[in-house]
Amino acid sequence: MGYPHKTHPRETAILSKHFGETEARTLDGWKKRGGYRALEQALAMTPAQIVDIVKASGLRGRGGAGFPTGMKWSFMKPGDGKPHYLCCNADESEPGTFKDREIMRWTPHALVEGCAIGAYAIGAETAYIYIRGEFTECIDWMEKAVAEAYAAGIIGNNAMGTGKRIDVHVHKGAGAYICGEETALMESLEGKRGNPRIKPPFPAVSGLFSQPTTINNVETLVAVPHILMNGPEWYKAMSLSSPKSTGSKLFSVCGNVSRPGNYEIVLGFPFKDFLYDLCGGPQPGRKFKAVIPGGASVPIQTMEEAEATMMDYEGFVAQGTMLGSGGVIIFDDQQNMPRMIARLARFFAHESCGQCTQCREGTAWTTKILERIVAGQGTFEDLDTLLELADNMTGKTICVLSDSCAAPVVSGLQKFRHEFEALITGKRSSMSTGAKLTAQSSQLSAAASTGLSV
Amino acid sequence: MTAPLVNLTIEGRPVSVPAGTSILEAAKTAGVLIPHYCYHPGLPVAGVCRMCLVDVEKAPKLMPSCATAVAEGQVVHVHNDKSLEARKGVLELLLINHPLDCPICDQSGECELQDYTFQEGRQDSRYREPKRFNPVEDFGGDVLYVPNRCILCTRCVRFMDDVHKDAVLAVGERGDRAVITTAPDAGLTQPWASNVVDLCPVGALLSKDFLNKARAWELDRSASVCTGCSQGCNIVVETRDNAVVRLKPRANEAVNAFFMCDEGRLNYRWLNRQDRCAVPMANGAPAEWSTAIAAAVGALNGKRAHVVANASLSNEVFFLLKRIVGKTGGSVKFDVPQGAEAALPGVEDLALRADRVANATGAEAFGAARTEQPYAGVSAGDVLVLVDVEPSAVPSTALNAASAVIFIGTADPSGLSKLTAAFPIANVVESDGTLTNLRGRVQRFLQAKAAPGQARPAWFALADLLIALGEKADYATASDIFAALATSTPAFDGMSFDSLGLKGTPLAGSMAGAGR
Repeated sequence: MGYPHKTHPRETAILSKHFGETEARTLDGWKKRGGYRALEQALAMTPAQIVDIVKASGLRGRGGAGFPTGMKWSFMKPGDGKPHYLCCNADESEPGTFKDREIMRWTPHALVEGCAIGAYAIGAETAYIYIRGEFTECIDWMEKAVAEAYAAGIIGNNAMGTGKRIDVHVHKGAGAYICGEETALMESLEGKRGNPRIKPPFPAVSGLFSQPTTINNVETLVAVPHILMNGPEWYKAMSLSSPKSTGSKLFSVCGNVSRPGNYEIVLGFPFKDFLYDLCGGPQPGRKFKAVIPGGASVPIQTMEEAEATMMDYEGFVAQGTMLGSGGVIIFDDQQNMPRMIARLARFFAHESCGQCTQCREGTAWTTKILERIVAGQGTFEDLDTLLELADNMTGKTICVLSDSCAAPVVSGLQKFRHEFEALITGKRSSMSTGAKLTAQSSQLSAAASTGLSV
Repeated sequence: MTAPLVNLTIEGRPVSVPAGTSILEAAKTAGVLIPHYCYHPGLPVAGVCRMCLVDVEKAPKLMPSCATAVAEGQVVHVHNDKSLEARKGVLELLLINHPLDCPICDQSGECELQDYTFQEGRQDSRYREPKRFNPVEDFGGDVLYVPNRCILCTRCVRFMDDVHKDAVLAVGERGDRAVITTAPDAGLTQPWASNVVDLCPVGALLSKDFLNKARAWELDRSASVCTGCSQGCNIVVETRDNAVVRLKPRANEAVNAFFMCDEGRLNYRWLNRQDRCAVPMANGAPAEWSTAIAAAVGALNGKRAHVVANASLSNEVFFLLKRIVGKTGGSVKFDVPQGAEAALPGVEDLALRADRVANATGAEAFGAARTEQPYAGVSAGDVLVLVDVEPSAVPSTALNAASAVIFIGTADPSGLSKLTAAFPIANVVESDGTLTNLRGRVQRFLQAKAAPGQARPAWFALADLLIALGEKADYATASDIFAALATSTPAFDGMSFDSLGLKGTPLAGSMAGAGR
């Protein structure tokens, strides 16, 4: 990690090696650390060779879906006579996730380099870095880095003197979570309302401006220079559990934990060690109760499940959840799960674009029911309604925001049903909550009774 | 070039449709209606209402049938439990914030939300929370927006964006706060904007003109053709208690797609006018039909007829006028009032035309002369025959020159001088007939209401006059006359009311529907 804590000995700092070093933000500082050598090497290769190396490395998308990056790049047909585009998804808005922010904050040139290599590999001359609007600091650093790279001739009409054109543009989002969905991001880049598109057609066929487009997460792109410099075998060897999950991955940790922050580990690391050793375990006098391991969209794990998990794409699935974006949210025994889940649902209701019926109405209804339960006005029928509603919201919409809202509700109800029931029956003593909740739930109750969704 | 056919099975029925067809459209060919809201054949696919989700065998999840192309060997289930449950879920969600104010909603009775909820929705709601509320908004033009009833299908937004090409509507806000909004300082004042009211599947967009005027189930509906201009948009005339209360477009891909302009739509009050010519007249006094016809024949005896006709009259009328002047000598003239042309940019060859009459093409096909001055050249002694023109618009010079005036029309003629005979006739919604649009498409209109008093269809009155003038003919219906004109006019050769159907046929050699 490197910032604000020192790198833990059990971390594998590759992407995060230079976090905390202000000098690494400048072009000179970055070059001193070996920057842009991979781009130089890449521009001497053919795009197909780069795609093959990335394929061989086993790199998978770090944004959440975990799609093999080399395969994604190979969908871009060279010589089809159309302009190709690379989009870098830097609209990091998944609750609990803040890894891309740190990458852009400390090593902006790493992303410029990753974008340039990615663009060249897919036959694109233009790359857009779509940054979440609230990330003002990242936007500043990225704009500075891009300007420096242009001035130094690293990118532009004659990238590194090779005669190849690679343009990189920084685009500021307007702060909508849904614009992190790849097709909504493209709509937004085109200047339209950020609504997800129906797929097919997939972006590789018709993406940005209806042209073949590849979209990659920040962390995915910054991993590519390291793969080119060290070879695919080096990257592939970094795998502790499943051979299908290779390389290092940044995990953002927040919630009730001693040392929140970003941690970079090799995939397959034991989650138990991660939580108790790297992150320092629970705060004094507390016990962990539950974990959301991959950003707010993935199912909640109990500690039993979490402690049995190996931290890779397959390992999380085996324990009933997903790796997602790597945003680890930890709840300890002082937390009231229904209240936490209600807060998550409210987030999704607020961020739903409102296109699809199930999502527009379902996320809002789910939130209202949950907030009513938290306010002590719930009934047992509400729990059944929540589950049926969640079923109705899963797998039926254009994008997965609706599914994401349903996931913590379903897993929360499966795993922490007694906490919901305690709220319904009014047996507050059985809950691990005190006066604080009562005060807040009365606020929620006031909001619910006036019909305001805050 | 036609696309190759794809074979699939929908609800157990084998279907063959061109490649690229959506499952929803393919199902229509098999007689299966897949319930839907946001899909409309005249608009780009949005795929947002999620009502048309169907179970396609081997697909991992339910597929939106509006946005999924057919594939060889597909097996589609529209009414199995999985699809039904999904639709039930959508209906429940659409209703949780819906005011359920059907008793006071104009759309009631023709509302797709109502229909599908009755068909397959839940009987009760599990929603216990306060409903969302937004005030009614005036969208300008003839359109009122009731956001509480809106299901955000975005048909109106897509119509203004992609068909009208004037993107004044948009979805504002997001999530469950989403509403349809107009652009700042803009409203639905465009010439075709009111089509959003028809497109709206629920009672969210209402016509101010029709507001609270009638319930949908009280209306009688007849297929007709708009006479507002020479485009000949296919319409439905809706009447209640023998009065026209609303005009709506009727789909015809070759003429008006699914649309009609606001000017045509709102110009119907003249069809209900009360200052009608309701009884025949002879020599200035009310008379029997036979007396009036005899008076007209007497006036025409040995005289030339100078006929001025309204060019929105039917082909049958112009055919009979041609025969009448064939007997008496003289000519048939008409003028064409002009107005501003207003195209609907998203549909090829569709516009409110500058020629604000419906049948100039047909009139010319039967030898009538188009002129700006139809009353010029009335020679002394001519009989001036006025066919459905406004009496007040007839210049006194023409009346003075004429030896007699025969009035065949809908308006009260009592102010006309030298009025020898007056025949009360039915207007366009009170009779049957055909019109020929500017591209030469011959289209039928059907009677929608009863004519007042002793008024008869114009073809009926003119046929009587023609027979009284010595023609050997026996016309009992408008279709008899059409059959006679089809036999004697090469451009109409082979046509009959049956062959025209309700979508019309182009004249031989005409360019009707070119490029469609």
